Amino acid sequence: MKNSNAWNKVLLARKISRFRSLDIINYIFDSFIELHGDRGIGDDKSIVGGIGLLNHQAVTIIGQQKGNTLSEMEYRRYGMTKPEGYRKSLRLMRQADKFRRPIICFIETPGAFPGVSAEENGQAEAIARNLYEMANYKVPVISVIVGEGGSGGALALGVANRVIMLENAIYSVVSPEGCASILLKDSKKAPEVAVNLKLTAGDMKNYGIIEEIISEEGEEKELFCRIKQSIERELLRCSQLDGNELKKERVKKYRDIGSDIIFSKI
Amino acid sequence: MSQNLFIKCKACGGIIERKKFIENYYVCKLCGNYEALDYKKRLAMIIDPNTFGETNVYTEFCDPIKFPGYREKHESIVSKIDLNEAIVTGSGCISGQKVMVGVMDIRYMMGSMGVIVGEKVTRMFEDAEKEKLSVVMFVASGGARMQEGIFSLMQMAKTAAAVSNFSEAGGLFISVLTNPTTGGVSASFAFLGDIIIAEPRALIGFAGKRVIEQTINEKLPDYFQTSEFLFKHGYIDLIVERKRLKEVIGNILKIHSKENNKKFRQKSAAEHVSMRSDE
Repeated sequence: MKNSNAWNKVLLARKISRFRSLDIINYIFDSFIELHGDRGIGDDKSIVGGIGLLNHQAVTIIGQQKGNTLSEMEYRRYGMTKPEGYRKSLRLMRQADKFRRPIICFIETPGAFPGVSAEENGQAEAIARNLYEMANYKVPVISVIVGEGGSGGALALGVANRVIMLENAIYSVVSPEGCASILLKDSKKAPEVAVNLKLTAGDMKNYGIIEEIISEEGEEKELFCRIKQSIERELLRCSQLDGNELKKERVKKYRDIGSDIIFSKI
Repeated sequence: MSQNLFIKCKACGGIIERKKFIENYYVCKLCGNYEALDYKKRLAMIIDPNTFGETNVYTEFCDPIKFPGYREKHESIVSKIDLNEAIVTGSGCISGQKVMVGVMDIRYMMGSMGVIVGEKVTRMFEDAEKEKLSVVMFVASGGARMQEGIFSLMQMAKTAAAVSNFSEAGGLFISVLTNPTTGGVSASFAFLGDIIIAEPRALIGFAGKRVIEQTINEKLPDYFQTSEFLFKHGYIDLIVERKRLKEVIGNILKIHSKENNKKFRQKSAAEHVSMRSDE
């Protein structure tokens, strides 16, 4: 049987040879300085964060990093972020807000890391805190979904004024395997569940969850240029708004998802 | 007749006198198990009689991504129980102090959060801000509702932003975590309370136990992801027995009341004060 479009996207988004957040970061930013640690527990390697320049504009850059080789993937924990990773990103985002520089996030994770230490260190609280604070920042927040956008672990870097998705990226509340195993008691039915979950970039655009899809046609470098141009355009647009307007725009976007439901008071 | 006088504990299977079980707040005297409460029982235990008024009642079904089998599941559940979503919100008094209260109910799809739950939680915080009330939320949820796909994920951002706005405006949010509090609900509004209380031995965490077991390939200890585990690691302020919940929440509200915060209230709300003497 021919793979559905949705399942094809899942496979493409997860392809081991796919370019990674760091490839994009190194290509489009000047003088990127990586900064480390959450000032509490450690330095989570599944998240790369730091400061840099985009055409003489200072920015804070945060990216989840999966890796391409087995050893790098192990080192990066396949992009599955621990609480200390989210808290590192939070620390860097707070600084961005303090110094009034835009925040650019690159999302690529199968999901937040499921493990004993992650639970001990408050994975739920760490993700919740990111969502809470990202709603408040008075600087532009731009998120780019690079590959797999897995659930709360992805959303924790995704509360943004503009969310950009690459053509073959996916964004979902649950992995197709997880959903198939819970609802159908058979994780092998993931390909059919992938269709039902509506997780492609096209679906996200139709639903108004994201603002832009970037085509992956042609060479990698061309794609990276398109990502750079898209971020530049958005920063230019955001430069017309003051801090309160940026915050309001971001909050309103999420506030409106589902608010078309009309309540009838008793 | 004897069926009505005695019940079987769902956890230990022991036979207990129904009247005593109810008097003991639906906690088994034999094994200490906390039976899940439906919203009516919870409200009756916490809210002063005849003070509850439900808000944002919504009766339609919402199926944003037209997920196969979702509507059928909804219809099958609502034919059996007295509610049509996983949360009931409203205002009411706790020991004479008016609050906004939300009660999640696991009888409806394990208390999962979809668009309607997210919207009701959000409106609850917005209403509370408007009416200058504190929020008390009884959480019971398996997480995001996957049948609503990306829309359910977005409710995490939406409800967290709602807490954020409410909190920045100075509102008090008491989050009470009950069995279970997991997934996308624990990772959004549930863990954003100013004060986080848990009932004893509740399952609280982010990732599912099975997923963790598969990842680390070993069996997890029994106490893992319980209230006591979270308390030990510093993520919960208080573990409170069910029979004392109303009293403890009432006391917290009292300490936050206007009457007890006259002197410094206005000063603390003032803008940033410069420490430089030449300004």
